[in-house]
Amino acid sequence: MNFRRLAIQLTLTWLTLFVLLPHALVLLTSVLTPDPGQLASYPMTLQAYGRLWDPIYAQAFWQSLWLSACTTLVCLLVGYPFAWSLARTPRVTRALLLFLMMVPFWTNSLIRTYAIKLILGNKGLINTLLQGLGLTDAPIDLLYTPFAVVFGLVYILLPFMVLPLVSAFEKLDPRLLEAARDLGAGPWARFTLVVLPLTLPGVIAGSLIVFLPAMGMFYVADLLGGAKNLLLGNIIKNQFLVVRDWPFGSALSLTLVLLMGLLLWLYARANRHINRRGGLDDSAA
Amino acid sequence: MADPILTLSGISKRFADQEVLHSFDLTIRDGEFFTLLGPSGCGKTTVLRLIAGFEQAQSGSIHLAGEAITALPAERRPVNTVFQSYALFPHMSVFDNVAFGLRMAKVPSVELAPRVFEALNAVQLADFAERRPHQLSGGQQQRVAIARAVVNRPRVLLLDESLSALDYKLRRQMQLELKQLQRRLGITFVYVTHDQEEALSMSDRVLVMDQGRAQQVGTPREIYESPANLFVARFIGEINQFTGRILRPLGDYLYLAEVEGVEKTLRFEQLAEVGDEVHVLLRPEDLRIEYLEDAPSGRKGYVGEVLERNYTGQTLDSLIRLENGHELLASEFFNEDDPDFDYRVGQRVWVDWVEGWEHVLPKESW
Repeated sequence: MNFRRLAIQLTLTWLTLFVLLPHALVLLTSVLTPDPGQLASYPMTLQAYGRLWDPIYAQAFWQSLWLSACTTLVCLLVGYPFAWSLARTPRVTRALLLFLMMVPFWTNSLIRTYAIKLILGNKGLINTLLQGLGLTDAPIDLLYTPFAVVFGLVYILLPFMVLPLVSAFEKLDPRLLEAARDLGAGPWARFTLVVLPLTLPGVIAGSLIVFLPAMGMFYVADLLGGAKNLLLGNIIKNQFLVVRDWPFGSALSLTLVLLMGLLLWLYARANRHINRRGGLDDSAA
Repeated sequence: MADPILTLSGISKRFADQEVLHSFDLTIRDGEFFTLLGPSGCGKTTVLRLIAGFEQAQSGSIHLAGEAITALPAERRPVNTVFQSYALFPHMSVFDNVAFGLRMAKVPSVELAPRVFEALNAVQLADFAERRPHQLSGGQQQRVAIARAVVNRPRVLLLDESLSALDYKLRRQMQLELKQLQRRLGITFVYVTHDQEEALSMSDRVLVMDQGRAQQVGTPREIYESPANLFVARFIGEINQFTGRILRPLGDYLYLAEVEGVEKTLRFEQLAEVGDEVHVLLRPEDLRIEYLEDAPSGRKGYVGEVLERNYTGQTLDSLIRLENGHELLASEFFNEDDPDFDYRVGQRVWVDWVEGWEHVLPKESW
């Protein structure tokens, strides 16, 4: 028995038992009728999917998309220059800085979210400071706003943006920038015509692995967003644990899975397109 | 003599605490093929990067066509570079790579395509305009890099070891093409290389550099036949080095000298005192070898033993050890009249050189 086949079979078994089967169960649940006593029962119906178009949920869905999109954008705006400067530091310094960026992850993200709550609260660090400096009389409402949710999500997800970007910048050959300068390109032209197109795979990868988890991090919205700033994850959680409408919760879950699948497909297509055009990995040699 | 297009005066450049160039001067004439030649680390690439504007000198100035460009950023200098690694943009087609500089210069779009194709035609790549760089061979990428630079009609084209990544045959071919292209375009080429053969075959003038200092500037012939010092002599081609001592001036730059135990007449275009030591330099092809029995009578030569003989196709190269232990490399062209001349290893032969072909330098301490 060779090790490779064993490893593959083990992985396949694991994926079947813990990924494929549960998803099949969710798919099945989503087409059943809600039943408070037994969670779900026959007959089969597509009612749950019909309710997705309900304006209340559609609105929550868009809001969730909006919050996740803002998070992704902020992560990108902060992470891009950060990754750029990181990739230009010497190898040892870079390893140390990446390590420092990972250190907060040793603390559970739930606990860190509580900490943010303490910082943003009416009697929190920021408001105390602002009032202490006499910049404001009454505390500013920071907590339970869309800002707080985006802040928390950015804090947790920023490293996922930075890592693929750092690897994209490491592949960017500095000689290409010299070539662009040599041909008369100023800083802006160098950025838009050379740097950005060549780091685009990193931008897309980073945006995906920030955007997708951001939709589901219900505890961040729970703790920082109050009742109004919901993520798709919150709605799903509520359907299962509060409303006890399992079919509708399942339908929402599947919608999220399909959305992720769609984005991953787009990513793969974009990547293939860029690779075909560029052979980007050659330039690292 | 053509006017200078590019002058570097008093350039000093340090990286951290290492001085790469020390009050370095250089004048390049309009339209010439000028080569910076030297071993790696001699500062030749730094000179090129200073001209291109990628590095700033700590002191000194650079003038291009009479204007000071010392403080001008790289993107505004009317020079272009062909990089060693080509540095083609991998995400753009050959056409877009070549058009890059024109677009930066805001060349009107009606002019754009004709000029790009003119440049691509010059390097015989017009059919490849839609390809991506990674779909081209090394030699083709090299040509795109040249087209991308010359399309901008720079005052000076800088080439940084541009052929070193190609294999031998392709390199020879590109050397010829480059030289022809330079004549056709009339652009001044500044070429950097560590390959002395390449430097001699392509250049109008060569600057030999070592340790951040100019060792000699001259035509390939001057550099090869009259090296200014031992470094240049040793770096360019093979050289045999004898030690001589002046015995008596004979007038008209001729001296009687004792060279490795034999009295010879040397041509030395400097003033020398009796007893001065000199270096007598001889290229392998300047030496003459005869079988002992054929040694011309009445001429003072050397006797040595053949240690090795190498057949190269065009020449027969022999390593010969003289009786005093000095080893020589001799290179003889095959003679039509005597097609099967050859030596045995261990054979004793007579060695001399054609009088007047020696190159004499004053004694250097190293």
